[in-house]
Amino acid sequence: MSSTAHSQNNYIKIFILLSVLTVIEVGLTFLGLPKMLLATLLVIFAVWKAALVAMHFMHLKFEKKTLTVVAIIPFILCVFLILMLLPDIYPH
Amino acid sequence: MSEAVAVHGGAEPAEAPLTPESWGKLGMWLFLAGDAMSFGGLIVGYGILRHASTKWPVPAQVLGINLTAFMTFLLIVSSVWMVLALAAIQAGDKSKFNRFLGLTILGGAMFLGCQAYEWTHLLSHRLPELNIFFSTDLFATTFFILTGFHGMHVTGGVIYNTCVLAAVNRGRYQAKHVEIAGLYWHFVDLVWILIFTFVYLL
Repeated sequence: MSSTAHSQNNYIKIFILLSVLTVIEVGLTFLGLPKMLLATLLVIFAVWKAALVAMHFMHLKFEKKTLTVVAIIPFILCVFLILMLLPDIYPH
Repeated sequence: MSEAVAVHGGAEPAEAPLTPESWGKLGMWLFLAGDAMSFGGLIVGYGILRHASTKWPVPAQVLGINLTAFMTFLLIVSSVWMVLALAAIQAGDKSKFNRFLGLTILGGAMFLGCQAYEWTHLLSHRLPELNIFFSTDLFATTFFILTGFHGMHVTGGVIYNTCVLAAVNRGRYQAKHVEIAGLYWHFVDLVWILIFTFVYLL
């Protein structure tokens, strides 16, 4: 029972962290940062938040490795997709 | 009831990757991996079209991010309610489970309401004002395809969760089914986090 209470407490912590990260993300867009820096920061925050949801809410952190492998494959494929399309994006 | 297996998975003895208990979860994860590729393809396509376009408005100025920041918050909260619903049914507390899964469904429905309002406002006021048309401007086309594809997933999730709520109360579904539905719902939340960043903030 105490461990259930602990994990619920953990869910609330993750929720607060996700909310804070969202507020920071929105706040960053008002700072007038250089475009490249802003994009990099926003991508880092987005991936961080997505990882938090997958690890804690979807329990990947506590699951068998097989599921993590299944979950990571589409991300690897998407990175390949971007790499293979780079010649089209920067033709010169 | 094999309660809290997921939460305490770290303490599980080493076992084969495929066990009858994990088939359902594995099935959902495989579906989500395929679904992630659909979203991945759309988001990458969006990025390439945007990069290649000479004329692209600043999304935050056209779309406005107050409402969508609230929508992001709604989905995150509804994800938390989903994990609390799962924890409740794993602990055998059915009334708490009903309350939290009900709230999860409500959060999803409110998200859809906000999106319907957003789309209506964009299509009837904002975009015509700015001379942007979804049939000719890639900015609008990609926006409606991405958010629409995601909105369909939320619609599916609300229906799915409602069915799970009904099935649990008729005694046909147990905690493991709720966990699988939860995976889908969190995935929808996860994708929205990415869409919010790439389509609205960047």
